[in-house]
Amino acid sequence: MIEMKALSCGYGKREVLKGIDLQLEAGELVGILGPNGSGKSTLILALSGVLSYRSGNIKVDGEEIARTTARWRARQMASVPQKSEFTFPFKCLSVVLMGRYPYLSRWGGYAEGDMNKALDAMEQTDTIQFAQRMVTEVSGGEAQRVIIARALAQETGILLLDEATSNLDVAKKIQIFDLLKRKNAQGTTLLCAMHDLNLAALYCKRLIFLKDGRIVLDGPTDETFTDKNLSKIYETDVRVSKHPVTGSPQAHFVPGPEDRIDHADHRAHGSMESTLMGDRDH
Amino acid sequence: MTHIEHTRNEISQLDARAKRKFSFLLALLIVGAILSLFLASLFGRLDISVVDVGKSILAGLGFNLDPGLDATSVVVVFNIRLSRICLSMLVGMALAVAGTVFQGILRNPLADPFTLGVSTGAAFGASLALFLGLGSTTFLGLGLLPLGALAGALAALFAVIALGRINGQVRRDTMILAGIVVATFLSALISLIKSLNEESVASIVFWVMGSFQGRSWSHVAFVLPYIIAGLVIIWFYSRELDILAMGDTQARQMGVHSDRIRLRLMIGASLLTAGAVSVSGVIGFIGLVMPHLVRMTVGAEHRRLLILSALLGGLALLWSDVLARILLPGGEELPVGVVTALMGGPFFCFLLKRRKVGTGL
Repeated sequence: MIEMKALSCGYGKREVLKGIDLQLEAGELVGILGPNGSGKSTLILALSGVLSYRSGNIKVDGEEIARTTARWRARQMASVPQKSEFTFPFKCLSVVLMGRYPYLSRWGGYAEGDMNKALDAMEQTDTIQFAQRMVTEVSGGEAQRVIIARALAQETGILLLDEATSNLDVAKKIQIFDLLKRKNAQGTTLLCAMHDLNLAALYCKRLIFLKDGRIVLDGPTDETFTDKNLSKIYETDVRVSKHPVTGSPQAHFVPGPEDRIDHADHRAHGSMESTLMGDRDH
Repeated sequence: MTHIEHTRNEISQLDARAKRKFSFLLALLIVGAILSLFLASLFGRLDISVVDVGKSILAGLGFNLDPGLDATSVVVVFNIRLSRICLSMLVGMALAVAGTVFQGILRNPLADPFTLGVSTGAAFGASLALFLGLGSTTFLGLGLLPLGALAGALAALFAVIALGRINGQVRRDTMILAGIVVATFLSALISLIKSLNEESVASIVFWVMGSFQGRSWSHVAFVLPYIIAGLVIIWFYSRELDILAMGDTQARQMGVHSDRIRLRLMIGASLLTAGAVSVSGVIGFIGLVMPHLVRMTVGAEHRRLLILSALLGGLALLWSDVLARILLPGGEELPVGVVTALMGGPFFCFLLKRRKVGTGL
């Protein structure tokens, strides 16, 4: 469904992606991880047709991306950026309706069906209550959910998220990813560039690690998300344990040597601290 | 489910209310415009009664109800006053729409034909065409002067965008700064050309400060095709304007071929500016202030914004020109650009200071 071959691209003289080979099947939920500047966002931009590539190719449903129209691409893939800058006071509903643009005919306006799809998307993202408010007047997290609603209104088989939940609080992150997981279960392919390792491990079935513009690791979450791999890629000491509820792997970062305590002490110390915290809370 | 149905119901009610508000404002402005055409015709050096002004307008339109009507008053009211009123309205519409478009595609609430140097570019192009003796050239009955103005407008626009770009990023403040630099430089060139041409200071003032003095129906006919062409292009891409306001990357990801569409919109807005400038010189603040006023009232959705800005801009410039005609006691005329700057400048400072959420400032 998505196929990249020897893909290289960048900005100006700087080459960011250096020969990416990647294959994604329909219905996958894939996380793209890697340190800052590893090329995660660039990969998303190239795939969505915003950034033209220098060599190699990208195919979506067998079509070479560079030869497709913006309208065609917008019917296959919707993108959610990390942050949007709203210069003008559009109503949130108008912003979501923009997601229906690739389906408009030249002379026709947004029809009732488009309106219903926009409202459905706003329901799913819990934004419908401020449909009539200005996007410049709602909070950053709310505006981000409006953008996610717009991507859903685009009704595409593929959703691309570039740090889409980074600026949301934990509850909203989980709410959005639960929603994305449901969409995935209904057949939507998801590709998420992420900073948050644990959130990725919690939801993604497959992880792709980028470093310096190359894929250094690609595989099922359980196999790739290990102490050794993460420590090497992120160049810091990382330990992995099991999530107490879901059993998915979760990463713990280890601070510098002076703060390290041996295991037994750590536990005692930890429990004492939590009691103290509990005392303070009550 | 019932809760959600309720919310949807509320949403459609609010939509209907917004639509009623828009229709009301639209009707208000249209009635205001028609009334203004008549009311503004009452002002002038020659004292003509209200009834005679009405009869003269009708006579000019071909409905002569009173054979005893003084032929002079028909000439004064219809040929001199009304033509000028219609032209100022047309130019006001063009500038307000061009301002709306520049603000939208550049995502810059401070952009307008004047601040971007596009108007001055158009004035320079027109002056140069006149200097080279191309002023009265026509092609298929179309005056070519606006084409000179269009070339100047586009050249200034691209120069400003190139100057305002830092590391590939177009910044708001630097772009306006670049606009001021380009406008100042081109104003100096206009003065130079006019001096070389041994024309009077008045003609320099005309291009730099803007005026409708001595304009007639022939000028209306002269710019009408250019302004209509600009408006049609812009209306055709009005929905894309909304999406372009979300930024280039997002616009592309929503299916807008942003480079191509933005260029077409720039040409449309430059056509409007060029047409306006070639008959009136450089007039500031109409394109800057009108979109803000309308956005504060009905929001940023461009279809409504464009229509209401156009009408409001037309009205604002029409009455500014009336003031320019009657303000000085001795019967001398002010350049209309002086009036718009005197009213628009403080008003814009007020907007800037207030920084109301929702104006986009």
